[in-house]
Amino acid sequence: MQRIAWLIPVLPLAGAAFHGLLGRRAGKKAVTAVALGTVGISFILSLVLFFAAKGADAHRLDYTYFEWMTVGTLKVPFGLVFDPLSTVMALVVSGIGALIHLYSVGYMWEEEGYARYFCYLNLFVFFMLTLVLGSSLPLLFVGWEGVGLCSYLLIGYYIETDYAPAAGLKAFLFNRVGDLGMTMGMMALFATFGTLTVADILVKAGHMSPEVTCGVLTFATLMMFVGATGKSAQIPLYLWLPDAMAGPTPVSALIHAATMVTSGIYLICRLAPVFELTPTTLTVVAWTGGLTALFAATIGLFQRDIKKVLAYSTVSQLGYMFLGLGAAGFAAGFFHVFTHAWFKALLFLGAGSVIHGLHHQQDLFKMGGLKAKMPITFWTMVIATLCIMGFPGTSGFFSKDEILYLAYLKSPALYVIGLLGAACTAFYMWRLMGLAFWGEPRDHHAHDHAHESPWTMTGPLAVLAVGALLAGLLGIPKIWGGHFAIEGWLEPSLTYGKAEVAEAAEHGSHALAWGLMGLSTLVASGCALAGFLIYSKGTAAEEAFAERHPLLYRVLSNKYYVDEGVETFILAPVRWLGNLGWKLFDVILIDGVGVNLPGAVTRIAGDFTARTQTGRVRNYALGMAFGTVLLLWIFLK
Amino acid sequence: MITPWMNAHLLTFLVFAPFIWGVLLMLFPERQAPLVKLLAILGATGILAIAAVQLLRAQPDVLGRVAVERFHWFSAVGIPVEYHLSVDGLNIWLVILTVFLVPLTMLGTWHSLSHKAGTALALFLMLESGMLGALVAQDLLLFYLFWEAMLLPMYFLIGVWGGSERRYAATKFMLFTLSGSLLWLVALLYMAGKAGSFSPAVMAQAAAALPGSAQNLLFLAFAVAFAIKVPLFPLHTWLPDAHTEAPTAGSVILAGVLLKLGSYGFLRFAIPIFPDAALHFAKPMAALSVIAIVYGALVAMMQTDIKKLVAYSSVSHMGFVMLGIASMTLIGTQGAMLQMLNHGISTGALFLLVGMIYDRAHTRRIADFGGVATKMPVFTAFFLIVTLSSIGLPLTNGFAGEFLILNGTYLSGFGWGRAMACVATLGVLLSAAYMLWMVKRVFWGPANPDPESGTAHLHADLNLREIAVMLPLVALIFWMGIHPSTFLAHSEAHVARALVQAQAPAPRGAAVLPEVK
Repeated sequence: MQRIAWLIPVLPLAGAAFHGLLGRRAGKKAVTAVALGTVGISFILSLVLFFAAKGADAHRLDYTYFEWMTVGTLKVPFGLVFDPLSTVMALVVSGIGALIHLYSVGYMWEEEGYARYFCYLNLFVFFMLTLVLGSSLPLLFVGWEGVGLCSYLLIGYYIETDYAPAAGLKAFLFNRVGDLGMTMGMMALFATFGTLTVADILVKAGHMSPEVTCGVLTFATLMMFVGATGKSAQIPLYLWLPDAMAGPTPVSALIHAATMVTSGIYLICRLAPVFELTPTTLTVVAWTGGLTALFAATIGLFQRDIKKVLAYSTVSQLGYMFLGLGAAGFAAGFFHVFTHAWFKALLFLGAGSVIHGLHHQQDLFKMGGLKAKMPITFWTMVIATLCIMGFPGTSGFFSKDEILYLAYLKSPALYVIGLLGAACTAFYMWRLMGLAFWGEPRDHHAHDHAHESPWTMTGPLAVLAVGALLAGLLGIPKIWGGHFAIEGWLEPSLTYGKAEVAEAAEHGSHALAWGLMGLSTLVASGCALAGFLIYSKGTAAEEAFAERHPLLYRVLSNKYYVDEGVETFILAPVRWLGNLGWKLFDVILIDGVGVNLPGAVTRIAGDFTARTQTGRVRNYALGMAFGTVLLLWIFLK
Repeated sequence: MITPWMNAHLLTFLVFAPFIWGVLLMLFPERQAPLVKLLAILGATGILAIAAVQLLRAQPDVLGRVAVERFHWFSAVGIPVEYHLSVDGLNIWLVILTVFLVPLTMLGTWHSLSHKAGTALALFLMLESGMLGALVAQDLLLFYLFWEAMLLPMYFLIGVWGGSERRYAATKFMLFTLSGSLLWLVALLYMAGKAGSFSPAVMAQAAAALPGSAQNLLFLAFAVAFAIKVPLFPLHTWLPDAHTEAPTAGSVILAGVLLKLGSYGFLRFAIPIFPDAALHFAKPMAALSVIAIVYGALVAMMQTDIKKLVAYSSVSHMGFVMLGIASMTLIGTQGAMLQMLNHGISTGALFLLVGMIYDRAHTRRIADFGGVATKMPVFTAFFLIVTLSSIGLPLTNGFAGEFLILNGTYLSGFGWGRAMACVATLGVLLSAAYMLWMVKRVFWGPANPDPESGTAHLHADLNLREIAVMLPLVALIFWMGIHPSTFLAHSEAHVARALVQAQAPAPRGAAVLPEVK
């Protein structure tokens, strides 16, 4: 096993190298074959390793390949770890990744930079698998920063535009702010535990007595969470994700919905036993997640760009995941990662299919009436919308309700926030569906040319739709006769290193669970119906609303003016500081006063004393005479 | 007959062969410039081959030395001066970096030197001699001689072949460095008088007998001279001018090797001779380093000239080196060792790339570009890789160095170590900001519409010669990032020994935990 396991991440890397070095010469067909082949084989190998890990001792395989950094007590190996958490995530990455590679073949076929696109996309899969499978935090960080790089490159894929590279830069820098947190977290963990290998940290944390755990561990986990907010677009670092929609749509589906943005949740699950030792951090996580879930959902209400709606919806759904984690429901949070990966990838690919069919029209107000023209896209998107709004029996229903239930147990206020967010979600999703697929076409030219997408695009839609429906089976709650299978399944990962595993304590009652579930279903369905009824008739209602409440509408559609605030209160002062340092300190103080002023003084003094060198003998003779008199006076006084 | 002589005098050969080769090349007339260029590159490549093979093949002795030459040279007022050269774990990779960068730079700047190219290359070889001499000298007077000897060729390279402000820059470079080293010379002679020797080991014993305040003063005299070279904030303002005005080759060597001699001076001489004083000043040194990291990055962000931006990034990166050294921990110091090499490779490569685009566009203003990526895809790929290394992306060399330095600082014994490490991480964010913002304005976006712009003058992508120059650098960027142990293994024992001398306090934190079976 060890001999083939390393191929899982390395194959896509080889693919990326092929596209980058030979892709243009080899032609699109060769690029397609290599891109799909490498990710496909990675998926098959991930499956093999998934079952191998299942049968192994403690459900875990640990492979070390070679030493990366070794200095004194700091030892960081290149190692891969296969346990339930990492293999499930690897399957999601390579599986959904393979589907999106296939979809991209159709979506990107006309592009001149076809090879460049697949180079970045394969590279992304490599880094994402490294992030997931890496056995130590620095190796995880390799993937962490690497996916950020690929995200930067893919968002800025349309390099000849102004907006795409700017959005890429924004994404990279916001991610880097998070990466600082992660770096600090690693430093603190290394100082505390003397190791950065995840398994060793967990074992040491498991043996830790609670009184040692205050201060430094809280700092470390909080900083790790800052890293997670960067990558997973939570308040206050969520601003980059909506802009990231400047990239090609399959990229938005793979990176900015299904995989990369969930790595923050993955990181916290990976270190779950450490986070459990720090209740303060968990509370921060829960509140940040809850507030983000509601905040982003309200912005999503009035966005006109179809991808922007989905982007804010992603930010909001990621918030739910953190809400689950913060309520100590690591399995519940991760379960939502799993279900969300299916239905959100499906939503994005569906949106991509619409955009492709309408020849790059992304404005919802210019769509309408596409139901009959794009049947496969339409029906698969209906499924995904039912999932995300939490329609009973769909995957999103099970995962979101588990989170809301845990949130209620943590604090009823969090439940209310989550419920309001879910109401907004149902509303804006059915607004989107109504505007795009029902009603009269509002742009007849685009509508006349609209067409269903080729099979390379609709095929992945169908597979994802089936996945989105079935993914919920993994986590049917106990009150529905299931046993929340995913929790037991992930347990070896989530409790690794713990001295004793406490029995999961049962809180609340069945009645409470049923009640909460019923309430959220009722609220979501009502809002969904409202959204559908208003918007399937066209855009008139929204325009009327905008006239009646101009301030509210402007604030919401301009995303609360947060971007403008960041520019004014953070970026401008930083640039001002840089200029101040340069002009005041370097140019005036150090160079002016410290260097050039003494230089000028020396020159002037030299010019002045040079005047005494007149070259006339009588001047010198006079000077000599005065000097002699002076000396005589001094010595003979 | 040659082989036994070479085995015994390898270091003498390495130090003086470039000088002699340079003098010989000066005899050629100006119209033979292409031949002189070829001969210079061949000579420098030969030195690289000999140095790499001989130094990496040799078995180290108990002190970790792979090559030594030592004999009595002369006595001045009763104090013996030794001709003592050696290569050990501390300087082996810096020596190899030097002999590696010189031929590469010559090849990379083949067309850049417009006039008197032969003389410039001869000066370049002499500069190589000076740098190698300073790197391998173990006797302080010898070190001082080489240290000053390096200045002259660099002074002329900047002053004769530089840009429009070359005379100001050259003079500033010279005066800054000289003012530091003259002060240091006084301290050096004082110590030699006390110790009766120029050997650092003997000086260390003599220094230990001095009162603490005297040690502190002497250490400061050493430290200021080295800190100017590094350069450490606020002694850095010569660097942006020198870098910007120097010809490409000069900038590469200045960034690649010359700056390292400052930090190397700390590790080789200042800290081992005055360990207590070094510990005493560790905290202010670390604080200045952190300021240099953040300040250099902030100022780099506001630059309008690509080359000046890279120059200010050097201030920030060398701040990391000094922070690692000031941390006085094994991890931090090893990180600093690696970062010295990293900065030589990455910033050297950046200067080469800036030179390549300057040769085509005859401008370096960021605003003159835009949309370069579509015109020069190969150049863009190389620039992007080097940029990523410069901003410390994992799996490139920049990450390994910075990560070790930050961890070492976090563990360091002086107060505020943790806070300083956290502030220093800002440098990682800011480096991404200034580099990628510049990349965005130069490479991405629509092509600059101005027909007089730099982009409009870009007609050809990199040629084979330029690709051949970049490939080894890119290979090293990844090698050092993926397997830094190749470069760290040599110095670990040496650094550990030096730190025991400095009585570095044990790292905190790790001790309080119970052992787990």
